[in-house]
Amino acid sequence: MLTLRCPYCGVDADETDLQAGGEAHLKREGPGASDDAFEDYLFMRKNPKGVHFERWRHAYGCGKWFLAARCTTTLQVFGTYSAQTLEPPQDIKDAISAQRPGWSWGNFK
Amino acid sequence: MKRYSAFAIAREAMRQHTGWDRAWAKPAPKKKYDVIIVGAGGHGLATAYYLGKNFGITNVAVLEKGWLGGGNTGRNTTIIRSNYLQDPSAAIYEKARSLYETMSQDLNYNVMFSPRGVIMLAQTQHEIRGYQRTAQANALQGVQTEWIGPQRVKELCPIMNIDGPRYPVLGGLYQERGGTARHDAVAWGYARACSDMGMDIIQQCEVTGVRQENGKVVGVDTSKGPIDCDKLGMVVAGHAGVMAKMAGFRLPVESVALQALVSEPIKPCMDVVVMANTVHGYMSQSDKGEMVIGGGTDAFNNYTQRGSFHHIEETVRALVETFPMVSRLKMLRQWGGIVDVTGDRSPILSKTPVDGIFVNCGWGTGGFKAIPGSGWAMAELMAKGESPLTDEFSMYRFREGKFIDESVAAGVAH
Repeated sequence: MLTLRCPYCGVDADETDLQAGGEAHLKREGPGASDDAFEDYLFMRKNPKGVHFERWRHAYGCGKWFLAARCTTTLQVFGTYSAQTLEPPQDIKDAISAQRPGWSWGNFK
Repeated sequence: MKRYSAFAIAREAMRQHTGWDRAWAKPAPKKKYDVIIVGAGGHGLATAYYLGKNFGITNVAVLEKGWLGGGNTGRNTTIIRSNYLQDPSAAIYEKARSLYETMSQDLNYNVMFSPRGVIMLAQTQHEIRGYQRTAQANALQGVQTEWIGPQRVKELCPIMNIDGPRYPVLGGLYQERGGTARHDAVAWGYARACSDMGMDIIQQCEVTGVRQENGKVVGVDTSKGPIDCDKLGMVVAGHAGVMAKMAGFRLPVESVALQALVSEPIKPCMDVVVMANTVHGYMSQSDKGEMVIGGGTDAFNNYTQRGSFHHIEETVRALVETFPMVSRLKMLRQWGGIVDVTGDRSPILSKTPVDGIFVNCGWGTGGFKAIPGSGWAMAELMAKGESPLTDEFSMYRFREGKFIDESVAAGVAH
Protein backbone atom coordinates (compact mmCIF):
# COMPACT_ATOMS: atom_id res chain seq x y z
CA MET A 1 0.00 0.00 0.00
CA LEU A 2 1.18 3.48 -0.88
CA THR A 3 2.31 5.43 2.19
CA LEU A 4 2.89 9.19 2.13
CA ARG A 5 4.16 11.38 4.97
CA CYS A 6 1.89 14.36 5.49
CA PRO A 7 4.19 17.42 5.57
CA TYR A 8 1.81 19.27 7.90
CA CYS A 9 1.17 16.79 10.69
CA GLY A 10 4.13 14.46 10.08
CA VAL A 11 2.01 11.32 10.05
CA ASP A 12 2.91 8.45 7.73
CA ALA A 13 -0.50 8.06 6.14
CA ASP A 14 -1.70 4.96 4.31
CA GLU A 15 -3.36 5.30 0.94
CA THR A 16 -6.74 4.62 2.57
CA ASP A 17 -6.31 7.76 4.70
CA LEU A 18 -5.55 9.87 1.66
CA GLN A 19 -7.43 11.27 -1.29
CA ALA A 20 -5.63 11.56 -4.62
CA GLY A 21 -6.04 14.95 -6.29
CA GLY A 22 -4.35 14.50 -9.66
CA GLU A 23 -1.50 16.39 -11.28
CA ALA A 24 0.22 19.11 -9.25
CA HIS A 25 1.54 22.52 -10.30
CA LEU A 26 -1.26 23.15 -12.81
CA LYS A 27 -1.53 26.76 -13.88
CA ARG A 28 -5.08 27.85 -13.17
CA GLU A 29 -6.72 29.59 -16.13
CA GLY A 30 -9.66 31.93 -15.96
CA PRO A 31 -11.75 34.31 -18.06
CA GLY A 32 -9.72 35.77 -20.93
CA ALA A 33 -7.54 32.68 -21.30
CA SER A 34 -7.11 31.25 -24.80
CA ASP A 35 -8.97 28.07 -25.79
CA ASP A 36 -5.65 26.21 -25.91
CA ALA A 37 -4.68 27.28 -22.41
CA PHE A 38 -8.08 26.39 -21.05
CA GLU A 39 -8.07 22.97 -22.72
CA ASP A 40 -4.63 22.31 -21.27
CA TYR A 41 -5.69 23.34 -17.79
CA LEU A 42 -8.92 21.36 -17.75
CA PHE A 43 -8.12 18.21 -19.68
CA MET A 44 -4.55 17.71 -20.86
CA ARG A 45 -2.38 15.85 -18.39
CA LYS A 46 1.27 14.83 -18.44
CA ASN A 47 0.42 11.29 -17.35
CA PRO A 48 4.15 10.46 -17.30
CA LYS A 49 5.73 7.04 -17.07
CA GLY A 50 8.26 7.81 -14.34
CA VAL A 51 8.69 10.88 -12.14
CA HIS A 52 5.40 12.60 -11.33
CA PHE A 53 4.19 15.38 -9.05
CA GLU A 54 0.72 15.03 -7.56
CA ARG A 55 -1.76 16.65 -5.22
CA TRP A 56 -2.91 14.59 -2.26
CA ARG A 57 -5.18 15.35 0.68
CA HIS A 58 -4.74 13.89 4.13
CA ALA A 59 -8.48 13.23 4.11
CA TYR A 60 -8.80 11.12 7.27
CA GLY A 61 -6.13 13.07 9.14
CA CYS A 62 -5.47 16.79 9.25
CA GLY A 63 -7.53 17.29 6.09
CA LYS A 64 -4.95 19.45 4.36
CA TRP A 65 -3.78 19.34 0.76
CA PHE A 66 -0.10 18.64 0.12
CA LEU A 67 2.08 17.68 -2.83
CA ALA A 68 4.06 14.50 -3.45
CA ALA A 69 6.87 13.50 -5.83
CA ARG A 70 6.44 9.90 -6.90
CA CYS A 71 7.45 7.43 -9.60
CA THR A 72 4.53 5.95 -11.56
CA THR A 73 6.50 2.89 -12.71
CA THR A 74 7.85 1.75 -9.32
CA LEU A 75 5.50 3.52 -6.85
CA GLN A 76 8.65 4.86 -5.13
CA VAL A 77 8.00 8.08 -3.20
CA PHE A 78 10.72 10.74 -3.42
CA GLY A 79 9.17 13.06 -0.89
CA THR A 80 6.20 15.21 0.06
CA TYR A 81 6.00 18.96 0.51
CA SER A 82 3.71 21.86 1.25
CA ALA A 83 1.11 22.82 -1.35
CA GLN A 84 1.91 26.54 -0.82
CA THR A 85 4.55 26.61 -3.54
CA LEU A 86 4.78 26.98 -7.32
CA GLU A 87 7.56 24.46 -7.77
CA PRO A 88 9.09 21.55 -5.86
CA PRO A 89 11.66 22.54 -3.21
CA GLN A 90 15.34 21.90 -3.97
CA ASP A 91 15.67 18.99 -1.51
CA ILE A 92 12.87 17.13 -3.31
CA LYS A 93 14.50 17.79 -6.69
CA ASP A 94 17.85 16.56 -5.28
CA ALA A 95 16.21 13.41 -3.93
CA ILE A 96 14.77 12.69 -7.38
CA SER A 97 18.08 13.45 -9.14
CA ALA A 98 19.86 10.97 -6.86
CA GLN A 99 17.47 8.21 -7.99
CA ARG A 100 16.55 9.30 -11.53
CA PRO A 101 19.48 11.25 -13.06
CA GLY A 102 18.40 13.42 -15.99
CA TRP A 103 14.69 13.47 -15.04
CA SER A 104 12.45 16.25 -16.25
CA TRP A 105 8.77 17.11 -15.76
CA GLY A 106 7.33 20.12 -17.56
CA ASN A 107 9.71 22.97 -16.81
CA PHE A 108 11.24 21.27 -13.78
CA LYS A 109 14.45 19.23 -13.90
CA MET B 1 -4.33 -21.03 -43.99
CA LYS B 2 -5.83 -24.41 -43.21
CA ARG B 3 -9.36 -24.02 -41.92
CA TYR B 4 -10.24 -25.26 -38.47
CA SER B 5 -13.18 -27.66 -38.50
CA ALA B 6 -14.45 -30.89 -36.99
CA PHE B 7 -13.08 -32.61 -40.08
CA ALA B 8 -9.63 -31.08 -39.47
CA ILE B 9 -9.61 -32.42 -35.91
CA ALA B 10 -10.54 -35.89 -37.17
CA ARG B 11 -7.87 -35.70 -39.88
CA GLU B 12 -5.18 -34.65 -37.40
CA ALA B 13 -6.26 -37.28 -34.92
CA MET B 14 -5.36 -39.87 -37.55
CA ARG B 15 -1.80 -38.56 -37.87
CA GLN B 16 -0.88 -37.67 -34.28
CA HIS B 17 -1.60 -33.96 -34.74
CA THR B 18 1.50 -33.38 -36.85
CA GLY B 19 -0.26 -31.32 -39.52
CA TRP B 20 -1.32 -28.17 -37.63
CA ASP B 21 0.14 -24.93 -38.99
CA ARG B 22 1.37 -22.10 -36.83
CA ALA B 23 -1.61 -19.84 -36.24
CA TRP B 24 0.37 -16.76 -37.35
CA ALA B 25 3.78 -16.17 -38.93
CA LYS B 26 6.76 -14.68 -37.14
CA PRO B 27 8.29 -12.38 -39.76
CA ALA B 28 11.19 -9.92 -39.54
CA PRO B 29 10.08 -6.35 -40.19
CA LYS B 30 10.16 -5.08 -43.77
CA LYS B 31 11.63 -1.68 -44.59
CA LYS B 32 8.31 -0.02 -45.32
CA TYR B 33 4.59 -0.59 -44.86
CA ASP B 34 1.53 1.34 -46.00
CA VAL B 35 0.16 1.23 -42.48
CA ILE B 36 1.81 0.50 -39.14
CA ILE B 37 -0.39 -0.27 -36.16
CA VAL B 38 1.34 0.04 -32.80
CA GLY B 39 -0.09 -2.38 -30.27
CA ALA B 40 -1.07 -6.01 -30.96
CA GLY B 41 -3.93 -6.14 -28.51
CA GLY B 42 -7.52 -6.74 -29.53
CA HIS B 43 -8.13 -3.19 -30.78
CA GLY B 44 -4.88 -3.03 -32.80
CA LEU B 45 -5.35 -6.44 -34.40
CA ALA B 46 -9.02 -5.74 -35.15
CA THR B 47 -8.01 -2.46 -36.81
CA ALA B 48 -5.51 -4.32 -39.00
CA TYR B 49 -8.04 -7.05 -39.78
CA TYR B 50 -10.76 -4.64 -40.97
CA LEU B 51 -8.20 -2.58 -42.94
CA GLY B 52 -7.56 -5.74 -44.93
CA LYS B 53 -11.08 -7.14 -45.00
CA ASN B 54 -13.08 -3.96 -45.64
CA PHE B 55 -10.57 -1.81 -47.52
CA GLY B 56 -8.10 -4.24 -49.12
CA ILE B 57 -5.12 -2.64 -47.37
CA THR B 58 -2.88 -5.59 -46.50
CA ASN B 59 0.63 -4.09 -46.54
CA VAL B 60 0.28 -3.65 -42.81
CA ALA B 61 2.53 -4.30 -39.80
CA VAL B 62 1.28 -4.65 -36.25
CA LEU B 63 4.08 -3.90 -33.77
CA GLU B 64 3.95 -5.16 -30.20
CA LYS B 65 6.54 -4.49 -27.50
CA GLY B 66 5.52 -7.46 -25.40
CA TRP B 67 3.53 -10.42 -26.60
CA LEU B 68 0.32 -10.54 -28.58
CA GLY B 69 -2.73 -9.90 -26.43
CA GLY B 70 -0.59 -9.62 -23.30
CA GLY B 71 -1.87 -6.25 -22.13
CA ASN B 72 -5.43 -5.41 -21.25
CA THR B 73 -6.77 -7.90 -23.81
CA GLY B 74 -5.48 -10.66 -21.55
CA ARG B 75 -6.39 -8.92 -18.30
CA ASN B 76 -10.04 -7.94 -18.56
CA THR B 77 -13.15 -9.69 -17.25
CA THR B 78 -14.45 -10.46 -20.80
CA ILE B 79 -17.83 -8.78 -20.43
CA ILE B 80 -19.64 -7.76 -23.62
CA ARG B 81 -22.58 -5.34 -23.52
CA SER B 82 -23.77 -2.21 -25.30
CA ASN B 83 -26.20 -0.61 -22.84
CA TYR B 84 -24.68 2.86 -22.95
CA LEU B 85 -26.59 6.11 -22.67
CA GLN B 86 -25.39 8.40 -25.46
CA ASP B 87 -26.10 7.81 -29.15
CA PRO B 88 -22.45 7.76 -30.38
CA SER B 89 -21.55 5.19 -27.69
CA ALA B 90 -24.57 3.02 -28.44
CA ALA B 91 -23.62 3.04 -32.13
CA ILE B 92 -20.04 1.83 -31.69
CA TYR B 93 -20.66 -0.55 -28.76
CA GLU B 94 -23.70 -2.11 -30.44
CA LYS B 95 -21.70 -2.50 -33.66
CA ALA B 96 -19.10 -4.34 -31.59
CA ARG B 97 -21.63 -6.55 -29.83
CA SER B 98 -23.26 -7.51 -33.11
CA LEU B 99 -19.88 -8.35 -34.66
CA TYR B 100 -19.13 -10.62 -31.69
CA GLU B 101 -22.20 -12.69 -32.59
CA THR B 102 -20.64 -13.86 -35.85
CA MET B 103 -16.97 -13.50 -34.96
CA SER B 104 -16.23 -17.22 -34.58
CA GLN B 105 -17.59 -17.86 -38.09
CA ASP B 106 -15.97 -14.75 -39.62
CA LEU B 107 -12.53 -15.60 -38.24
CA ASN B 108 -12.86 -19.40 -38.39
CA TYR B 109 -11.68 -19.28 -34.79
CA ASN B 110 -13.79 -20.18 -31.77
CA VAL B 111 -13.94 -17.09 -29.57
CA MET B 112 -16.54 -18.79 -27.35
CA PHE B 113 -18.96 -15.87 -27.45
CA SER B 114 -21.57 -16.65 -24.85
CA PRO B 115 -24.61 -14.30 -24.94
CA ARG B 116 -25.67 -15.29 -21.44
CA GLY B 117 -27.14 -11.91 -20.48
CA VAL B 118 -25.80 -9.01 -18.42
CA ILE B 119 -27.57 -7.43 -15.44
CA MET B 120 -26.45 -4.08 -14.08
CA LEU B 121 -27.85 -3.94 -10.56
CA ALA B 122 -29.58 -0.89 -9.18
CA GLN B 123 -28.84 -0.70 -5.46
CA THR B 124 -29.70 2.94 -4.83
CA GLN B 125 -32.58 5.22 -5.84
CA HIS B 126 -30.17 7.15 -8.08
CA GLU B 127 -29.26 4.01 -9.97
CA ILE B 128 -32.93 3.14 -10.51
CA ARG B 129 -33.46 6.50 -12.19
CA GLY B 130 -30.18 6.27 -14.09
CA TYR B 131 -30.83 2.80 -15.49
CA GLN B 132 -34.48 3.44 -16.31
CA ARG B 133 -33.29 6.42 -18.31
CA THR B 134 -30.68 4.24 -20.03
CA ALA B 135 -33.32 1.62 -20.86
CA GLN B 136 -35.46 4.34 -22.52
CA ALA B 137 -32.44 5.69 -24.42
CA ASN B 138 -31.49 2.19 -25.56
CA ALA B 139 -35.04 1.61 -26.85
CA LEU B 140 -34.70 4.71 -29.03
CA GLN B 141 -31.25 3.61 -30.21
CA GLY B 142 -32.41 0.12 -31.15
CA VAL B 143 -30.30 -1.51 -28.46
CA GLN B 144 -32.26 -4.30 -26.80
CA THR B 145 -32.26 -3.76 -23.03
CA GLU B 146 -34.97 -3.71 -20.38
CA TRP B 147 -35.54 -2.55 -16.84
CA ILE B 148 -36.36 -5.52 -14.57
CA GLY B 149 -37.56 -5.69 -10.99
CA PRO B 150 -35.81 -7.38 -8.06
CA GLN B 151 -37.82 -10.61 -8.33
CA ARG B 152 -36.78 -11.07 -11.95
CA VAL B 153 -33.16 -10.41 -10.93
CA LYS B 154 -33.50 -13.17 -8.33
CA GLU B 155 -34.94 -15.55 -10.94
CA LEU B 156 -32.06 -14.89 -13.31
CA CYS B 157 -29.43 -15.19 -10.58
CA PRO B 158 -30.69 -17.30 -7.66
CA ILE B 159 -27.43 -17.08 -5.69
CA MET B 160 -28.01 -13.39 -5.13
CA ASN B 161 -29.29 -11.97 -1.85
CA ILE B 162 -31.67 -9.20 -2.90
CA ASP B 163 -32.60 -8.13 0.64
CA GLY B 164 -29.18 -7.03 1.86
CA PRO B 165 -29.36 -4.42 4.61
CA ARG B 166 -26.82 -2.06 3.11
CA TYR B 167 -27.11 -2.86 -0.59
CA PRO B 168 -30.61 -4.17 -1.35
CA VAL B 169 -31.25 -5.05 -4.99
CA LEU B 170 -33.90 -2.66 -6.26
CA GLY B 171 -33.90 -3.85 -9.86
CA GLY B 172 -31.58 -3.95 -12.80
CA LEU B 173 -30.83 -3.01 -16.37
CA TYR B 174 -30.87 -6.28 -18.26
CA GLN B 175 -29.30 -6.85 -21.66
CA GLU B 176 -30.23 -10.35 -22.69
CA ARG B 177 -27.88 -10.41 -25.69
CA GLY B 178 -24.81 -9.30 -23.76
CA GLY B 179 -22.42 -11.86 -22.33
CA THR B 180 -18.82 -12.93 -22.38
CA ALA B 181 -16.22 -14.24 -24.83
CA ARG B 182 -12.82 -15.89 -24.53
CA HIS B 183 -10.57 -12.81 -24.43
CA ASP B 184 -7.31 -14.42 -25.61
CA ALA B 185 -9.09 -16.13 -28.49
CA VAL B 186 -10.31 -12.77 -29.78
CA ALA B 187 -6.71 -11.56 -30.13
CA TRP B 188 -5.51 -14.92 -31.46
CA GLY B 189 -8.34 -15.19 -33.98
CA TYR B 190 -7.69 -11.71 -35.37
CA ALA B 191 -3.93 -12.36 -35.43
CA ARG B 192 -4.38 -15.57 -37.40
CA ALA B 193 -6.70 -13.86 -39.90
CA CYS B 194 -4.31 -10.87 -40.28
CA SER B 195 -1.32 -13.14 -40.82
CA ASP B 196 -3.32 -15.05 -43.41
CA MET B 197 -3.92 -11.82 -45.33
CA GLY B 198 -0.14 -11.29 -45.49
CA MET B 199 0.14 -8.77 -42.67
CA ASP B 200 3.22 -8.87 -40.44
CA ILE B 201 2.65 -9.21 -36.70
CA ILE B 202 5.96 -8.35 -35.06
CA GLN B 203 6.21 -9.11 -31.37
CA GLN B 204 8.92 -7.95 -28.96
CA CYS B 205 9.36 -4.87 -31.11
CA GLU B 206 9.11 -1.71 -29.02
CA VAL B 207 8.51 1.63 -30.69
CA THR B 208 11.05 4.13 -29.36
CA GLY B 209 10.36 7.14 -31.58
CA VAL B 210 8.08 8.56 -34.24
CA ARG B 211 9.75 10.13 -37.29
CA GLN B 212 8.08 13.04 -39.03
CA GLU B 213 8.82 15.27 -42.02
CA ASN B 214 6.97 18.55 -42.60
CA GLY B 215 4.30 17.66 -40.06
CA LYS B 216 3.65 14.26 -41.60
CA VAL B 217 4.58 10.87 -40.21
CA VAL B 218 7.17 8.95 -42.23
CA GLY B 219 8.02 6.06 -39.94
CA VAL B 220 8.90 4.79 -36.50
CA ASP B 221 12.10 3.85 -34.71
CA THR B 222 11.87 0.50 -32.99
CA SER B 223 14.00 -1.90 -30.99
CA LYS B 224 14.29 -3.85 -34.27
CA GLY B 225 15.41 -0.82 -36.29
CA PRO B 226 13.61 1.94 -38.18
CA ILE B 227 10.50 1.08 -40.21
CA ASP B 228 8.87 3.48 -42.70
CA CYS B 229 5.14 3.94 -43.12
CA ASP B 230 2.55 6.21 -44.74
CA LYS B 231 0.05 5.98 -41.93
CA LEU B 232 0.47 5.18 -38.27
CA GLY B 233 -2.21 3.94 -35.89
CA MET B 234 -1.52 4.23 -32.16
CA VAL B 235 -3.60 1.64 -30.36
CA VAL B 236 -1.70 1.23 -27.11
CA ALA B 237 -4.27 1.77 -24.32
CA GLY B 238 -2.48 2.62 -21.08
CA HIS B 239 0.64 3.80 -22.90
CA ALA B 240 -1.25 6.16 -25.25
CA GLY B 241 0.18 9.16 -23.43
CA VAL B 242 3.73 7.84 -23.76
CA MET B 243 3.31 7.29 -27.52
CA ALA B 244 1.69 10.69 -28.00
CA LYS B 245 4.68 12.30 -26.29
CA MET B 246 6.99 10.58 -28.82
CA ALA B 247 4.93 12.14 -31.60
CA GLY B 248 4.95 15.55 -29.91
CA PHE B 249 1.36 16.02 -28.74
CA ARG B 250 -0.63 15.42 -25.59
CA LEU B 251 -3.83 13.49 -24.97
CA PRO B 252 -6.58 14.10 -22.42
CA VAL B 253 -6.05 10.68 -20.82
CA GLU B 254 -4.72 9.47 -17.50
CA SER B 255 -3.39 5.97 -16.88
CA VAL B 256 -4.53 4.14 -13.79
CA ALA B 257 -4.48 0.54 -12.59
CA LEU B 258 -7.66 -1.54 -12.77
CA GLN B 259 -7.78 -4.88 -10.96
CA ALA B 260 -9.54 -8.18 -11.27
CA LEU B 261 -9.40 -11.55 -9.55
CA VAL B 262 -10.70 -15.07 -9.93
CA SER B 263 -11.76 -17.58 -7.31
CA GLU B 264 -10.99 -21.25 -7.22
CA PRO B 265 -13.14 -23.17 -9.75
CA ILE B 266 -16.52 -24.38 -8.52
CA LYS B 267 -19.53 -26.10 -10.07
CA PRO B 268 -21.79 -23.98 -12.29
CA CYS B 269 -23.86 -21.64 -10.12
CA MET B 270 -24.34 -18.49 -12.15
CA ASP B 271 -25.19 -18.29 -15.86
CA VAL B 272 -25.47 -14.53 -16.17
CA VAL B 273 -23.07 -11.60 -15.78
CA VAL B 274 -23.87 -9.33 -12.84
CA MET B 275 -22.44 -5.86 -12.38
CA ALA B 276 -22.91 -3.87 -9.21
CA ASN B 277 -21.63 -0.37 -9.79
CA THR B 278 -22.53 1.04 -6.40
CA VAL B 279 -20.12 -1.33 -4.72
CA HIS B 280 -17.58 -1.39 -7.59
CA GLY B 281 -17.86 -5.10 -8.15
CA TYR B 282 -18.91 -7.36 -10.98
CA MET B 283 -18.94 -11.08 -11.33
CA SER B 284 -19.46 -13.88 -13.82
CA GLN B 285 -18.50 -17.54 -13.92
CA SER B 286 -15.95 -18.72 -16.46
CA ASP B 287 -16.24 -21.97 -18.38
CA LYS B 288 -13.55 -23.36 -16.08
CA GLY B 289 -15.82 -22.64 -13.10
CA GLU B 290 -13.86 -19.76 -11.61
CA MET B 291 -15.84 -16.77 -10.38
CA VAL B 292 -14.36 -13.86 -12.36
CA ILE B 293 -14.54 -10.70 -10.28
CA GLY B 294 -13.64 -7.19 -11.35
CA GLY B 295 -12.81 -4.40 -8.96
CA GLY B 296 -12.23 -0.68 -8.92
CA THR B 297 -9.47 1.56 -10.22
CA ASP B 298 -6.82 3.36 -8.24
CA ALA B 299 -7.23 7.11 -8.09
CA PHE B 300 -3.64 7.93 -9.05
CA ASN B 301 -1.46 7.58 -12.16
CA ASN B 302 0.20 4.22 -12.27
CA TYR B 303 2.05 2.08 -14.83
CA THR B 304 2.85 -0.92 -12.61
CA GLN B 305 0.08 -3.31 -13.75
CA ARG B 306 -0.79 -4.00 -10.14
CA GLY B 307 -3.30 -2.13 -8.05
CA SER B 308 -3.83 -1.34 -4.40
CA PHE B 309 -4.96 -4.17 -2.16
CA HIS B 310 -7.67 -2.20 -0.43
CA HIS B 311 -9.67 -1.97 -3.68
CA ILE B 312 -9.81 -5.76 -3.86
CA GLU B 313 -10.84 -5.84 -0.21
CA GLU B 314 -13.65 -3.34 -0.80
CA THR B 315 -14.90 -5.20 -3.87
CA VAL B 316 -14.96 -8.58 -2.18
CA ARG B 317 -16.49 -7.19 1.02
CA ALA B 318 -19.37 -5.71 -0.96
CA LEU B 319 -19.87 -8.77 -3.16
CA VAL B 320 -20.06 -11.06 -0.12
CA GLU B 321 -23.10 -9.13 0.99
CA THR B 322 -24.85 -9.47 -2.39
CA PHE B 323 -23.61 -13.04 -3.04
CA PRO B 324 -23.31 -14.66 0.42
CA MET B 325 -22.06 -17.97 -1.04
CA VAL B 326 -18.78 -16.46 -2.25
CA SER B 327 -17.69 -15.85 1.35
CA ARG B 328 -16.23 -19.37 1.55
CA LEU B 329 -14.36 -19.23 -1.76
CA LYS B 330 -10.60 -18.97 -1.95
CA MET B 331 -9.02 -16.47 -4.30
CA LEU B 332 -6.97 -18.16 -7.01
CA ARG B 333 -5.16 -15.18 -8.47
CA GLN B 334 -5.35 -11.41 -8.83
CA TRP B 335 -3.89 -9.07 -11.44
CA GLY B 336 -3.99 -5.53 -12.73
CA GLY B 337 -3.91 -3.73 -16.05
CA ILE B 338 -3.19 -0.14 -16.97
CA VAL B 339 -6.23 1.60 -18.40
CA ASP B 340 -6.33 5.04 -20.02
CA VAL B 341 -9.26 7.05 -18.76
CA THR B 342 -10.66 10.21 -20.36
CA GLY B 343 -12.59 13.01 -18.70
CA ASP B 344 -15.96 11.88 -20.07
CA ARG B 345 -15.25 8.13 -19.83
CA SER B 346 -15.64 7.75 -23.59
CA PRO B 347 -12.89 6.65 -25.97
CA ILE B 348 -10.86 8.67 -28.44
CA LEU B 349 -10.76 7.55 -32.10
CA SER B 350 -9.28 10.48 -33.89
CA LYS B 351 -6.92 12.17 -36.26
CA THR B 352 -4.08 13.91 -34.46
CA PRO B 353 -2.06 17.11 -34.92
CA VAL B 354 0.42 15.05 -36.97
CA ASP B 355 -0.69 14.21 -40.52
CA GLY B 356 -0.99 10.45 -41.01
CA ILE B 357 -1.12 9.58 -37.31
CA PHE B 358 -4.39 8.25 -35.93
CA VAL B 359 -5.07 7.45 -32.32
CA ASN B 360 -7.42 4.91 -30.75
CA CYS B 361 -7.32 5.09 -26.96
CA GLY B 362 -9.24 6.14 -23.89
CA TRP B 363 -11.35 3.00 -23.66
CA GLY B 364 -10.63 3.19 -19.97
CA THR B 365 -12.11 0.44 -17.88
CA GLY B 366 -14.23 -1.10 -20.65
CA GLY B 367 -12.40 -1.76 -23.90
CA PHE B 368 -12.80 -5.49 -24.40
CA LYS B 369 -16.50 -5.34 -25.33
CA ALA B 370 -15.72 -2.78 -28.02
CA ILE B 371 -12.88 -4.57 -29.81
CA PRO B 372 -14.58 -5.46 -33.13
CA GLY B 373 -16.53 -2.19 -33.39
CA SER B 374 -13.45 -0.17 -32.49
CA GLY B 375 -11.36 -2.00 -35.10
CA TRP B 376 -14.09 -1.59 -37.71
CA ALA B 377 -14.39 2.15 -37.07
CA MET B 378 -10.65 2.78 -36.73
CA ALA B 379 -9.97 0.96 -40.02
CA GLU B 380 -12.52 3.16 -41.79
CA LEU B 381 -11.04 6.28 -40.19
CA MET B 382 -7.52 5.32 -41.28
CA ALA B 383 -8.51 4.24 -44.80
CA LYS B 384 -10.93 7.06 -45.67
CA GLY B 385 -10.00 9.82 -43.23
CA GLU B 386 -13.43 9.77 -41.64
CA SER B 387 -16.01 7.37 -40.28
CA PRO B 388 -19.57 7.92 -39.08
CA LEU B 389 -18.74 5.79 -36.04
CA THR B 390 -15.76 7.92 -34.97
CA ASP B 391 -16.99 11.45 -35.82
CA GLU B 392 -18.02 12.23 -32.25
CA PHE B 393 -14.98 10.60 -30.63
CA SER B 394 -12.42 13.20 -31.74
CA MET B 395 -9.60 14.08 -29.35
CA TYR B 396 -10.66 17.74 -29.81
CA ARG B 397 -14.16 17.25 -28.37
CA PHE B 398 -13.03 18.35 -24.91
CA ARG B 399 -11.91 21.76 -26.16
CA GLU B 400 -15.28 22.16 -27.89
CA GLY B 401 -17.27 20.97 -24.88
CA LYS B 402 -18.82 18.14 -26.88
CA PHE B 403 -18.50 15.49 -24.22
CA ILE B 404 -19.96 12.03 -24.58
CA ASP B 405 -20.69 11.63 -20.90
CA GLU B 406 -20.79 7.96 -19.96
CA SER B 407 -19.94 8.25 -16.30
CA VAL B 408 -23.12 6.33 -15.39
CA ALA B 409 -22.53 3.52 -17.87
CA ALA B 410 -18.78 3.37 -17.43
CA GLY B 411 -17.98 4.94 -14.05
CA VAL B 412 -15.96 2.02 -12.79
CA ALA B 413 -17.47 -1.39 -13.16
CA HIS B 414 -17.09 -3.20 -16.47
